[in-house]
Amino acid sequence: MTTSSLSRAFNSDIAWSFRTSWSARISSLILVLLFAAALLAPVLATQNPYDISQLFLLDSELPPSWIDGGDPRYLLGTDQQARDVYSSILYGLRLSLIVGFASVALAAALGVSLGLLGGFVGGVVDGAIMRVADILLSFPAILVALLVNGIARGVLPPERHADAAIWVMILAIGLTNWVQYARTVRGSTMVERHKEYVQAARINGVSGAGIMIHHILPNVLGPVLVIATINLGMAVLTEATLSFLGVGMPATQPSLGTLIRIGNEYLFSGIWWVVIFPSVVLVVLVLAVNVLGDWLRDALNPKLR
Amino acid sequence: MLGFLIRRIIQSIFVMLAVALIAFMMFRFMGDPVNSLVAENATVEERDAVRERLGLDQPLWVQYGRFVARAATGDFGLSWRNARPVSTLLAERFPATAELVLVAAGLSLLLGIPLGILTALRPHSFSTQTLQFFSLIGISLPTFVTGILLILVFSVWLGWLPSFGRGTVVDIGWWSTGFLTLSGLKALVLPSVMLCLFQLTLIMRLVRAEMMEVLRTDYIKFARARGLTNRSIHFRHALKNTLIPVITIFGLQLGGLIAFAIVTETVFQWPGMGALFIQAVSFGDVPVMAAYLVLVSLIFVVINTTVDLLYAVLDPRLRVDGARAAH
Repeated sequence: MTTSSLSRAFNSDIAWSFRTSWSARISSLILVLLFAAALLAPVLATQNPYDISQLFLLDSELPPSWIDGGDPRYLLGTDQQARDVYSSILYGLRLSLIVGFASVALAAALGVSLGLLGGFVGGVVDGAIMRVADILLSFPAILVALLVNGIARGVLPPERHADAAIWVMILAIGLTNWVQYARTVRGSTMVERHKEYVQAARINGVSGAGIMIHHILPNVLGPVLVIATINLGMAVLTEATLSFLGVGMPATQPSLGTLIRIGNEYLFSGIWWVVIFPSVVLVVLVLAVNVLGDWLRDALNPKLR
Repeated sequence: MLGFLIRRIIQSIFVMLAVALIAFMMFRFMGDPVNSLVAENATVEERDAVRERLGLDQPLWVQYGRFVARAATGDFGLSWRNARPVSTLLAERFPATAELVLVAAGLSLLLGIPLGILTALRPHSFSTQTLQFFSLIGISLPTFVTGILLILVFSVWLGWLPSFGRGTVVDIGWWSTGFLTLSGLKALVLPSVMLCLFQLTLIMRLVRAEMMEVLRTDYIKFARARGLTNRSIHFRHALKNTLIPVITIFGLQLGGLIAFAIVTETVFQWPGMGALFIQAVSFGDVPVMAAYLVLVSLIFVVINTTVDLLYAVLDPRLRVDGARAAH
């Protein structure tokens, strides 16, 4: 990036809106911190909670370090297997974010391609894609994700469930969320395909696929970013819900949702910290993503101002 | 009106056929049913005989037709996990889910509409600000976190309410109800609060927005000019028009309630259909998954169609437009 384009980016409307919006700045600061924590989990964690040789059963069920009986080595306390809650959260956050980003990428890729195809080709293809989208949309996302999950589990042999869990989750959530991208992209593609630059490309003998990919695609990608941001919050939440229900990430590879499920089993022994801290991280993460998504939607859409 | 009705019903039938197709594909392609019926060392001829007896050698569309015909009579075969008829399993679980969802839906309307009106009529009062703040939290908290917090506070710390099960239930025919005993009612409190919270905030916000919109319109100004009391303006004139969109959203959200009952039932170990479905998903129990899918879709389709029709009945403007379009 050259200096001029840097300064242009810095002086743009979006940057101005960002500098003046408290909520956008705070939520993106929180997100940067959470992303960094997830990325640096092996460095920041005080133990590897899934390496059994590092767990000492004598240290199980310790409360957070600032409460009587807490141990300074375990900032947020330990669970029944003596796993450090703080370290588990870092690793769990990492998995939650990986599944979240990957499923958003899958949904966006699928939705953009289908929307582009439907909007450009029209006719039967378009009709078929949109009918499927309508049906999908009339069901709550969580139900569709559960169904894809169930089918994947039925197809895979049981001994492979744990290894494949992360892929199954990405697939289940990705296949659930593509509709919004497809509808938006289809709408703008139908507008773009009648414009002069597309006709010019046709006259120049560019193939249909070439026009779609090189000419129309760059012009319909704008809203996709907004949808993707809002979608990330949804995806993280869906992953957490599925894992909480016990059909997501396994206990050997826990995401935030799995941690909350495990903690929930100990709730009645009064060990609240195992369930509360991962929940807080999850809520803060989703809230920050949603606030940022709302801001982005308003900032990119001047009509709303 | 009649044309609209017929169009809606045909559309619904197509959705149900599509859902049945998915359910059928699950049966057909997830595991070979023949393997579970013949001996390990069966010959190819024996296998073919079984296949022929089950009709699995016929074209797919014939099999699909038979599947739809059987599904229409509620026959989904035996659960792979505990070898009981799926329809019996679902019938046992249905009352628990139905009562939970109905109570949650009722709560969300009974609380959501008055709170929405209150916040619309007094936009700047302290109570409105507080409610708006809590509704933001209500929308942002994942449902299962809300449930865990409710259990932690009201069951573990205060010990007021049970955290799992339905309490004592009374059987009326095949329907088991928790409405008639104190323990049954107490057991309903936390799950229904958890389930209704999201919808409650949604309805409150919707009623608030609609009410504020309606209060700005000319006919309300005219009503004021006629010297009607505030009470009459707000509740006899404004509220009626406010409630029409509420019906739509409420209908759509009823489906959401049924889906999210899965989460509530897991948190509170509520013996409903959702808990059954989760077990089926984790064991890959196709007949139960397929039957749940078809049943829930049927409920959704019926709700959506009813809402559309109700809408046309309640809003005279739509009827006039429809009549004009027909000419």
